[in-house]
Amino acid sequence: MPDLPARLIEWFAAQGWALHSHQQAMLDLGDRSSTLLIAPTGGGKTLSGFLPSLAELGETPEAGLHTLYISPLKALAADIRRNLRRPIEGAGLAIRVEDRTGDTSYTQRRRQRADPPHILLTTPESLALMLSYPDAGRTFAGLQRVVVDEIHALAESRRGDQLMLCLARLERLCPGLRRVGLSATVEDPPALARFLGAGTEILLAEAGPDPDISMLETETAPPWAGGGGRYAIGEILEQVKAHRTTLIFHNTRAQAEIFFHELWQANTENLPIGIHHGSLAREQRERVEQAMVEGRLRAVVCTGSLDLGIDWGDVDLVIQVGAPKNVKRLVQRIGRANHRYNAPSKALLVPANRWEIVECQAALEAVKAHDLDGEPRGPGPRDVVCQHMLMVACAGPFEEKALLAEIRGAGPYADLSRAEFDDCLNFVATGGYALRAYDRWQRLMQRDGLWQLRDPRAASVIRQNLGTIIDTETLKVRLKGRFGGLALGEVEESFAASLTPGDTFLIGGKVVRYEGLNELTVEVTPSPGRDPKVAVFSGTKFATSTLLTRRILEILAQDSWPELPAHTAEWLDLQRRVSRMPEAESLLVESFPYEGREHLCVHGFAGRNAQQTLGLILTKRMEEEGLAPLGFVASDYATLIWGLDPVLELGQLFDLARMRDGLEGWLQGNALMKRTFRTVGVISGLIERQHQGRRKSGRQATFSSDILYDTLRRFDPDHLMLRLTRDEVMRGMVDFGRIEELFARVGDRIDLRRLERVPPLAAPLFLEVGKVPVQGEGRERLLAVQAERLMQAAGLA
Amino acid sequence: MNGYDFNFAGHGLTALPSGALFWAARGLLCVSDLHLGKSERLARRGGGLLPPYDSLATLSRLSDDLDRTGAGRVICLGDSFDDLAAGAALGEAERQTLMRLMAGREWVWVEGNHDPGPLDIGGSHRAELWIEQLVFRHQAESRSAAEISGHYHPKQRLAGTARPCFLLDEKRVILPAYGTYTGGLFCDAPELDRLMGPGALAILTGSRALPCPMRPRRA
Repeated sequence: MPDLPARLIEWFAAQGWALHSHQQAMLDLGDRSSTLLIAPTGGGKTLSGFLPSLAELGETPEAGLHTLYISPLKALAADIRRNLRRPIEGAGLAIRVEDRTGDTSYTQRRRQRADPPHILLTTPESLALMLSYPDAGRTFAGLQRVVVDEIHALAESRRGDQLMLCLARLERLCPGLRRVGLSATVEDPPALARFLGAGTEILLAEAGPDPDISMLETETAPPWAGGGGRYAIGEILEQVKAHRTTLIFHNTRAQAEIFFHELWQANTENLPIGIHHGSLAREQRERVEQAMVEGRLRAVVCTGSLDLGIDWGDVDLVIQVGAPKNVKRLVQRIGRANHRYNAPSKALLVPANRWEIVECQAALEAVKAHDLDGEPRGPGPRDVVCQHMLMVACAGPFEEKALLAEIRGAGPYADLSRAEFDDCLNFVATGGYALRAYDRWQRLMQRDGLWQLRDPRAASVIRQNLGTIIDTETLKVRLKGRFGGLALGEVEESFAASLTPGDTFLIGGKVVRYEGLNELTVEVTPSPGRDPKVAVFSGTKFATSTLLTRRILEILAQDSWPELPAHTAEWLDLQRRVSRMPEAESLLVESFPYEGREHLCVHGFAGRNAQQTLGLILTKRMEEEGLAPLGFVASDYATLIWGLDPVLELGQLFDLARMRDGLEGWLQGNALMKRTFRTVGVISGLIERQHQGRRKSGRQATFSSDILYDTLRRFDPDHLMLRLTRDEVMRGMVDFGRIEELFARVGDRIDLRRLERVPPLAAPLFLEVGKVPVQGEGRERLLAVQAERLMQAAGLA
Repeated sequence: MNGYDFNFAGHGLTALPSGALFWAARGLLCVSDLHLGKSERLARRGGGLLPPYDSLATLSRLSDDLDRTGAGRVICLGDSFDDLAAGAALGEAERQTLMRLMAGREWVWVEGNHDPGPLDIGGSHRAELWIEQLVFRHQAESRSAAEISGHYHPKQRLAGTARPCFLLDEKRVILPAYGTYTGGLFCDAPELDRLMGPGALAILTGSRALPCPMRPRRA
């Protein structure tokens, strides 16, 4: 292994920098074919990944791509470029570093394909796109190393599966390619190593000191329910004043927006505070990032978009508003503070409501016990394989056997069977339909033993649909022309559809007034109003981990709660008095009326997914028993069902055998299946994404993917798309295993309580997002009543 | 039949929950925007290979409606085929089903923007059609009266769901799209708002035809 260039060593010395032992180790082991480095935040992890490249490139490198760096976030790629250029320019090395993401201009991207830099920083989606061009072999010629940053984050989703397929392809284009994975602390390093590839060796850096973490004490008690933590704004501002730079994390974009707005109203000293999240316009985000780098901000209100490794100046405090839901993520966020190795980071938790106080307490105890959570992920989903085949076909004709070998070279697909592969290929080529074939209009045709696109023009559509991130439909929000036409961000289409001119909502921390829809842009004007109608963004919905859920049940089982604030202890006491406390050994079911609807709350503590499934099965069973359910919503701890008729006895409602039978039944027709089907369909290339330009051509032309789902169910129930949807639902969303576990735990100890009003623990569920409607007799009854009422109101009846 | 009966220009018509319009006195069933052959057309143009069962599904619903109403006359109000080539490309099963439905019935294909020319498929082909002062055409004309048309694929939101719907006022009836792979245009779209009078009704399709105001007053 060559040593670092002398000028770089001198520059490091001039800065007073010395390599950490794991950085030196990375340099020494630079020849290894695959290495996974696990190091705490602040340990110079990313630089470790680049050191062997800097050594090999030397002071005057030859032209051509040497190292590819892949990050899960665009912002991270841009940040690394800045950080990497500092030593390179400081030491006067002739190494070119550029980034390439969805934000990179078309001309720049074209140039990068023809004349790549020495080090290219990109995202999994941009890599897939680059590989889809016939000239990929030339672009990547000479590539020596791939560095995958924050690999634990990518490994949690299809983005990682797609990336591993792309790396397998790269390896064929560039034999001898070496891989490095960089990760913060994870619960199962060997599993992550297998994900990165066979033969990966693990390098563990020394763990840093324990963080200084506690719950923020506030004068005012948090509300009974809801999120956002606005009750704590005074105390949070005090903390901001007492520190140099504070990051204030929220779990959803909507909550970040509301909080930021309220924070500014209380910010009488005009402290420079910014906001950063994924729905904001790119220019807005970049402005905040720049100000942060220059140290001009005292605080940034943010979401997951700042979760990962972005190294922004002098953050000395992290505040997490709302329960963290997952210990691993909390540990990462805490790591944002004091980005210096061997200095403890400081963090404060601000529970948003009383329920979250219990969650935060459980999380604090878990962090102190170094207890990390994580569920193992099964083999990679096959919709990603289908997309990969289309991508490969865009780049040129391929041989079946070679592609199978290549796909099996990716960690998540090491065990893909020939039959599974054939299934995917058949679907991609012909649609894979049993009853009626597209003989003339196949997507892929076999010519001279090679598979290729029937119509090469299809490549552009395929490229537009690459990637595994499925966004909800969004519309851009802009100030009206006479107010400058500034782009403010995006809102969900369904939210935009619910607005009438004059409505006000929050975006980018501003209250704006909805004026109308111009083409596909939401036009707004500034509004001086203080009380906006809130934007419902599609912010990531985190599920509380099994580990935290178990710790929470343990806290609930205590006789008293001296470690919790008095108001929360009283709230739990109240639950014990008016109903009873949910326990691990029995299942509490509460039935009560509220606002003209009957409600049933099932405290299963089985995690969000299993509670969701429970909701689906129970509403199906209720429909069968004529109880007219209208919908349900699930949290990690409970399911709340509402309907027209009260549940006064449980009868056979909770019979596990019947529930299992019911599972097959509901799997066919419910909304969750349809939602998953859409995701699977878009990723595998059955359904085209809705592009802004396309939608313009008229909304009559596009139709709901639900129709495709219903049609397949009727004519081709064993079709690959339905099988993949079922697998996906069973694996991730159904989690029937945990329902069985629940019933094994509680046996026949199911306790139904009929109450006169909303019990304390059920109240937060009324504010949960993700309500699932039940299309049954109850819905028909309600439609008829509503139509009748409108007819009378209009004088038409 | 769970339909909605109404009087239009002196004639008794029924909006069926399937999206078809039935004129009992004449034994006439009218459907619009079947878009037969849509999946085929999308595949031909190099898009995704959608489940190729849409035409069968559409025809089987039409068959049910014909059985239930016993209609002897059928008017297809345009965009019956997704394009002119789609008629020729219809699969064997679909073609035979269609022939069986057409056998012994008076069948009129009104032309639409997707299928502007005659098709080699039997029945008669018209630009528009007049029966007892009622005019049947594909796309509504603003100054027309007693007009029955399709084209817009109207749909309406009610109580949190969206359904394809008929639109009805004194001057015109606009039919929902009958085809399986069809989307819709919400009633508050400006083109529909301009066409329909102040007291217009939206008749939702589904398990039964459900009338409600086209422009609900907000509470």
